[in-house]
Amino acid sequence: MSWTTVCTLDDILPNAGAAALVGDTQLAVFRVDDRIFALDNHCPFSRANVLARGIVGSVGETLVVASPLYKQHFSLEAGHCLEDDSISVRRFPARNENGLVQVQL
Amino acid sequence: MSHIQRLLVVGNGPVGHQFLESIVESGCATDYQITVIGEEPRPAYDRVHLTAWFETRQAGALNMVADGFYATNNIDVRCGEKVVAIDRDAKTATTDSGRRYDYDQLVLATGSYPFVPPVPGHERENCFVYRTIEDLEAITAAAKNASVGAVVGGGLLGLEAAKAIKDLGLKTHVIEFAPRLMAVQVDDGGGALLRRKIEDLGVEVHTQKNTQNIGDGEHCVHKLSFADGAELETDILVFSAGIRPQDALARQCELEIGERGGIAINNYCQTSDPAIYAIGECALWNQRIFGLIAPGNEMARVAAAHILGNRDDKQFTGADMSTKLKLMGVDVASIGDAHGNTPGAKSYTFIDEQAEIYKKIVVSESGKHLLGAVLVGDADDYGNLLQFALNGIALPEHPEAMILPNIDGSASVGLGVDALPDSAQICSCNNVSKGDICAAVQGGALTVGDVKSCTKAASTCGGCTALVGQVVNAELTKLGVEVNTDLCEHFPYTRQELFHLVRVGGIKSFDELLEKHGSGKGCAICKPTAASIFASCWNEYILESQHAGLQDTNDRFLANMQNNGTFSVVPRMAGGEVTPDGLITVGSIAKKYKLYTKITGGQRVDLFGATLDQLPAIWKELIDAGFESGHAYGKSLRTVKSCVGSSWCRYGVQDSVGQAIDLENRYKGLRSPHKIKMAVSGCTRECAEAQSKDVGVIATEKGWNLYVCGNGGMKPRHADLFASDIDTETLVKYVDRLLMFYVRTADRLQRTSVWMENLEGGLDYLRQVIIDDSLGICDELERDMQSVVDSYQCEWKTTIEDEQKLKQFRSFVNADDGDKDIVFVEERGQIRPANEEEKQLNNNLIAVA
Ligand SMILES: Cc1cc2nc3c(=O)[nH]c(=O)nc-3n(C[C@H](O)[C@H](O)[C@H](O)COP(=O)(O)OP(=O)(O)OC[C@H]3O[C@@H](n4cnc5c(N)ncnc54)[C@H](O)[C@@H]3O)c2cc1C
Ligand code: SF4
Ligand code: SF4
Ligand code: FES
Repeated sequence: MSWTTVCTLDDILPNAGAAALVGDTQLAVFRVDDRIFALDNHCPFSRANVLARGIVGSVGETLVVASPLYKQHFSLEAGHCLEDDSISVRRFPARNENGLVQVQL
Repeated sequence: MSHIQRLLVVGNGPVGHQFLESIVESGCATDYQITVIGEEPRPAYDRVHLTAWFETRQAGALNMVADGFYATNNIDVRCGEKVVAIDRDAKTATTDSGRRYDYDQLVLATGSYPFVPPVPGHERENCFVYRTIEDLEAITAAAKNASVGAVVGGGLLGLEAAKAIKDLGLKTHVIEFAPRLMAVQVDDGGGALLRRKIEDLGVEVHTQKNTQNIGDGEHCVHKLSFADGAELETDILVFSAGIRPQDALARQCELEIGERGGIAINNYCQTSDPAIYAIGECALWNQRIFGLIAPGNEMARVAAAHILGNRDDKQFTGADMSTKLKLMGVDVASIGDAHGNTPGAKSYTFIDEQAEIYKKIVVSESGKHLLGAVLVGDADDYGNLLQFALNGIALPEHPEAMILPNIDGSASVGLGVDALPDSAQICSCNNVSKGDICAAVQGGALTVGDVKSCTKAASTCGGCTALVGQVVNAELTKLGVEVNTDLCEHFPYTRQELFHLVRVGGIKSFDELLEKHGSGKGCAICKPTAASIFASCWNEYILESQHAGLQDTNDRFLANMQNNGTFSVVPRMAGGEVTPDGLITVGSIAKKYKLYTKITGGQRVDLFGATLDQLPAIWKELIDAGFESGHAYGKSLRTVKSCVGSSWCRYGVQDSVGQAIDLENRYKGLRSPHKIKMAVSGCTRECAEAQSKDVGVIATEKGWNLYVCGNGGMKPRHADLFASDIDTETLVKYVDRLLMFYVRTADRLQRTSVWMENLEGGLDYLRQVIIDDSLGICDELERDMQSVVDSYQCEWKTTIEDEQKLKQFRSFVNADDGDKDIVFVEERGQIRPANEEEKQLNNNLIAVA
């Protein structure tokens, strides 16, 4: 599978996220320091495409984003919901390639 | 029994009402046909706080009856009707309107009436008593054309009446027959100090004056002549020479009456006729009348239990008459045997003439037990001393240490609350014991505020608040509940501490804060908190790249995110004022972008359904038309609601709209621990509902009344009167200080109401800090506020002028498309988000992208 470049590192605020469109898929791409993570932008609780707008942080050792509507936490690395382990969102391989933000779908 | 039991209550005062509440609480109210008849024109109101009527001059503020209380519990309430006769054989009561009521059980809660000494002239006009709302209305009306007022009687109520007269702007005299003030509660030493303090306030005190005649005055309406030949002229006279039990009905139907009046009752509050009970100030138990609310309430509970047939043997066994109050700003307290009348009693006295403090304790012959105490000028020891007296706790070896100041800073010889038995009554107004409070804490109430709402402790006179706090803390410690006040796992500090670290350390970014004082990566709790603190301290543009990622959902995009991920946009309309052109522009923008439009509770217009990429364009059009951000998205000042005030309203006394606009423009954009709402009303009719706001301003003839710490929402709370008749400059000064103090010290997401309730010392403490500058920080608070005001910017404007920032407002970083999943349907001529079912059916959907 090939990598798709969605934007440059500077297009995403440090320790925050941005929404990206690859084909028909809406992604939430996050930047933590210089590392990149990608999840489905669809929040299963609110059913709105908003995860990219959540606050990025950590719970214990786990890097997370908090859904901006109802504040459930999703692991950036694994996609599961910390409050409800029956729920998870899709995660996609993502990387920072010399300042380019790339994802694999 | 063939018919449903008829329960008749005569007298709808505080105690009569407590009786009804006790019946209702038992859940058996519907087993009875209940009627309550009161002579006053309105149902029960809080007589204890009668003087507070002057704050609002509205009877409703004193109302004690919950909405729908009578209707829900099927209680027949009769107001303005007086029972004139009881027929015990027929078991009926007849009223002055000629109606007759049958009863199976009758409860007399007729209270007492003020005693007016039969001095010649006592029936002249402008002679009043101080007992009902109507009395206060009459005094207020008379005061309009008066310049001097005098109160006959220097007891507790007389001093309260004197304060009211003084506050009405009259030269005030207090005339007392005895050689000292408050002769019942305090001794000579305490009385002397009290007198000095009250005279300092500009009230003239005349003791040992026996009024013999009231006649025409030369300069004033009346001239009082005293037995010693002295004279005094006054326009208004208020008699407060003691109360007498209202036992007229009992006399008429020949129940047993005490020698000096009062309806004799047994331990179950039954009179000499077992079908008739008497409770409250009309009742005489063991040859004693109890002129306080707490014993009356206890009688009400006992009578209710007895009538309901609860055989848990609840009995009335007398009551403690200790009191603590603030008279004209002077703390006065009296406990038990204040005069040392017990044989063998010894006393210790401490007098500090400099600070004007008088303290005396009376101990038993053995020196082991506390019998009584008098405190004037500083009554902080009241709670502790009362517990020693009530529970017979052994005194320390040197009891005097209990009232001596601890100059060297050594711990005062207080009483650990641990020493109290569970049965110790902590709040006498509401009969809440230490055990009740501990149970509440065990049940999850972790703050004084929580305990207050679930046990009612500390909710009446407030005298027990400090002690309640100690019990709560002790119990928490005992439970091993370490009250973790850390903001979150990333910062081991409270919001208040963090604020201090940021402010003093000059910290301006989250990374720096995390590095110096925290750990991990932060979270959805500490990041917005830090962002808000930075904004309060430094007021930088909140979407600067180091701040943007910290902002909570709505702040991040300067708009309110709604359930489908679209946003609503609210332009500021300060004071709720908008020109026709402005309104038309807002309308045409809404039309152009197909937004749903709704009027908010804060008197402005909310435009819903904008997608992220539409926001800047909408803002630009609004700004071009002269609007700015309404900060509806921020934990910040929302709106200052107003009524039209003197400009249009025939009742208005000040320009409330102008004041609201000025306040809104001053504080707009101020970031705070939670949203802040304000309102300004043009007169006491209060059409702007200012008393439900964090800051409420109500116009008076002389200026403004400032109310603070109210809110609507989930747990509504009326705001408290903070300062009266102040001018605009003072108003702004107080609001500056108050808001800044709140911003500095409140917890995250703590509204002003909860903040104030959790401040030790509550409203009084807040007044000391804000009005008296007890912490010496007022200058600093004003300066900080001014710097926030000076650095205000419209965040929308800053955003649309910055290419870089605008990039954050695209739906996708890599495409110009919009979000295809956002679809609406039409309803009542406007859009609303489609629900799942409608999306499935895919009928008449309106897409934006
Ligand atoms: C200014 C003021 C300040 C006070 N401050 C304090 C304080 O700080 N602490 C404290 O503990 N206490 C205080 N009190 C005392 C407290 O208010 C009383 O203890 C309490 O009101 C007694 O309640 P009650 O229901 O027994 O009598 P009341 O309040 O007198 O009520 C009796 C009601 O019965 C009605 N009534 C009488 N006869 C009839 C009839 N025949 N038919 C129909 N209705 C009838 C009366 O009109 C009245 O409404 C204060 C009192 C005043 C006036
Ligand atoms: S509060 Fe007073 S001034 Fe304002 S609208 Fe109501 S009646 Fe008029
Ligand atoms: S009351 Fe409830 S539904 Fe209505 S706006 Fe507030 S949070 Fe939303
Ligand atoms: S003692 Fe009055 S409120 Fe508790």
